[in-house]
Amino acid sequence: MHIDKDLVAASATPLVLGILADGESYGYAIVKRVNELSGGRMQWTDGMLYPLLHRLERFGYVEASWGTSDAGRRRKHYAITQAGRETLADRQQQWSVVADALKQVWQDAQRPPAVAEGWA
Amino acid sequence: MMSTNPELEAQIDQWRGYVQRRRAISAGDVEEMEDHLREQVTDLTSTGLDDDEAFLVSVKRMGNLDEVSREFAREHSDRLWKQLVLVPDEPDAGAKPWRELGVVLALALGAGAAVKIGTELFADELVVLRNIGLLVLPFLAGYFAWKRKLTWRVGAALLVPFALLAVVLNVYPFDPDGSTLFLAASHSIVALWALISVAYAGGRWRSDARRMDYVRFTGELAIYFVLIALGGGVLIGLTLGTLGLVGVDFEPVLESWILPFCVPGALIVAAWLVEAKQNVVENIAPVLTRVFTPLTIVMLLVFLGVFATTGGLLDVDRELLILMDMVLVLVLCLLLYSISARDSLAPPGLFDVLQLVLVVAALAVDTVTLSAMLTRIAEFGFSANKVAALGLNLVLLVHLAWSAWLSVEFLRGKRPFGPVERWQTRYLPAYAVWALVVVVIFPPVFAFA
Repeated sequence: MHIDKDLVAASATPLVLGILADGESYGYAIVKRVNELSGGRMQWTDGMLYPLLHRLERFGYVEASWGTSDAGRRRKHYAITQAGRETLADRQQQWSVVADALKQVWQDAQRPPAVAEGWA
Repeated sequence: MMSTNPELEAQIDQWRGYVQRRRAISAGDVEEMEDHLREQVTDLTSTGLDDDEAFLVSVKRMGNLDEVSREFAREHSDRLWKQLVLVPDEPDAGAKPWRELGVVLALALGAGAAVKIGTELFADELVVLRNIGLLVLPFLAGYFAWKRKLTWRVGAALLVPFALLAVVLNVYPFDPDGSTLFLAASHSIVALWALISVAYAGGRWRSDARRMDYVRFTGELAIYFVLIALGGGVLIGLTLGTLGLVGVDFEPVLESWILPFCVPGALIVAAWLVEAKQNVVENIAPVLTRVFTPLTIVMLLVFLGVFATTGGLLDVDRELLILMDMVLVLVLCLLLYSISARDSLAPPGLFDVLQLVLVVAALAVDTVTLSAMLTRIAEFGFSANKVAALGLNLVLLVHLAWSAWLSVEFLRGKRPFGPVERWQTRYLPAYAVWALVVVVIFPPVFAFA
């Protein structure tokens, strides 16, 4: 299934912040986690994650620090900040409003047109 | 786990090269993305793909580099402007970032102190002026000796000719009103500059590449020094004006303290700036050559037109020779600096043709004036000034004429660009040798007059 580009972009920030809220992580692990969460149906362009992480860092939602991977390579780790948690909570509310609204629309749409006519 | 497959490593190297070329993506970002790529490859190979397939899939997932780089640029638009970092945040192994600044300031102060002490010791201004290069330039050489970690042997090899120059300039019984004194003093600067090239090249003065680096350094240094001088001039003007209004006479302080310290100090600081900026900021001298090459061609053509219509050069003097030397030096600089920035693998282009036109026009102007000069010298005899100007003219002429010939061969596709470039750097010592001749041999030959 292909998910619309705009939808992927809109959900990227809350997804990343949500994953980081579970504990600090790094780029590749975040992408992997998104794959797991979506059952492989949300495919990100991996390279785009890094400008996003830098943007979140600039806003002060995450903090980056250089560490070392198991293989001994330098690796940049990201951790969520207090401001990031507040933004995440805010986004969560926004998304649940959107999701609720969508859910109702889907339910309405599922009703056969005949029923609607019956009301008339 | 580090991959040990050399083929994969080569592929990753190549990919890294592509990414590094994007200006919006910094070295740290490349490292971060490479780590990502390697993890992805490792994961994919563990699911049964071979290295090649895993690499291809991983690169594909990383996305179109143009788009990724555009996204980076949107986030870091400042990176599209090259930034100069004088004191690095993350020092290389062990080196203290502030140490270089300390060394530079100490040397700048030392150069100023040398000039100040010189003016205090020798009441005669002429003596100070004659020795100005000997007073200031050792500090510049010292900076490079420190920076390049020069061996003691090279250092000693530099000291001997330096001492020789100092002896010649101060022991020869010059006539204070004669021209050999001025000639020796001015040419000694060129000889000293050649000595500094050895320190600059870290002793590897035979290397063509290092010589070309020194040429680039010299051009940038001149530009930075002028810029610093302009800024300093503005500050001095403001200070003079303000203190003048309050009724404080600033001039004695300016003359006896600020100028002797700031002018030599600015030279050292400019050298440090050029060293620090070399990878980061585009060289300015080659940019200027693009502007001035066509303009100089127009100027030379005007000269030729004027010579042709006024019918010969009747009232020529050594000033004309000196002016012609300056024209040739200008043309040489234009040539040298555009070559210094040229990609030697690029095919011949319009600018190469323009450059050839420039050199040929300069040679034509020089030939006309030189023949007029020679008849005059035949009539009135030699003087130290005339011979010095004539000699420099010939040294320049050989340089330019052979450059023109090599350029013709290059434009006709008979030679690659390499020989044109090599000729420039191989010929440079000729100037140092000529300068030495003027300093050491001219005074006795012309009876120190």
